Amino acid sequence: MTIDWNQFTPLSALLGGLLIGLAVTLMLLFKGRIAGISGIVGGLLQRPQNGDLAWRATFILGLLLAPVLYGLFAPLPGSRIEADTVSLVLAGLLVGFGTRLGSGCTSGHGVCGISRLSPRSLVATATFMLTGFTTVFAIRHLFA
Amino acid sequence: MNILISFAVGLIFGLGLIVSGMSDPAKVLAFLDLAGRWDPSLMMVMAGAIGLGFFAFRFGRLRKTSLLGRPMQIPTLRNIDKRLVAGSALFGIGWGIAGICPGPALVLVGSGASKGVIFTLALIAGMSLFELTLKQHRQ
Repeated sequence: MTIDWNQFTPLSALLGGLLIGLAVTLMLLFKGRIAGISGIVGGLLQRPQNGDLAWRATFILGLLLAPVLYGLFAPLPGSRIEADTVSLVLAGLLVGFGTRLGSGCTSGHGVCGISRLSPRSLVATATFMLTGFTTVFAIRHLFA
Repeated sequence: MNILISFAVGLIFGLGLIVSGMSDPAKVLAFLDLAGRWDPSLMMVMAGAIGLGFFAFRFGRLRKTSLLGRPMQIPTLRNIDKRLVAGSALFGIGWGIAGICPGPALVLVGSGASKGVIFTLALIAGMSLFELTLKQHRQ
């Protein structure tokens, strides 16, 4: 293993992580809920009950407008999407189906679940990290 | 109030994803590439988020209702089943292909990245496919 020290950004990563933790904290204290993004988006695809639609939609609106707000104060950091269209579609389908089948993603299981030491979320996070590492290894080092 | 809080939480979450580097798929893939030039930054993101979240849930568990008077809805499931593991495994494969998970996908849409829009449309299609199979399974 070679650590790429030039790309390692511990301070901004920690600061961003604290902001995510703050969002999780506010969601829990004010709404009594888990800030799990796949669950919040997926809930819109079921028939949302009264009053359920609005908070999910406004949460998503906040996520969508975050880069716009950031852009008012500083240039947005670059985001590089290397995958081609076919890979993006395949990846999107897998992430969408998988997170709903597994009841959570990086936020619901990875952050909220581990924060509350949930055994289910520990297993889920270990599983998606493992298949994530394996997939990147296969794409970059086995079949490249 | 309810809606305002949700909006603010989404906004803060999104800013966290941008500041942390999570909304840069190449950086996420560099974290997942253990055998390449490894970027451990994502460990720090998790440390920050879980570090705060740990105390939030310890405090939250003591309460019966939220500050807005809602019942606390912290998950209570404890069983580790095939569905949890299979779903998480599929999610990880998709995450490893593109380096994008659901939160960053929405941030990429908001920043106007056309590839982010393609991914997000496929993500919604995948979620809808799940709802359909679930419905058929129940019938």
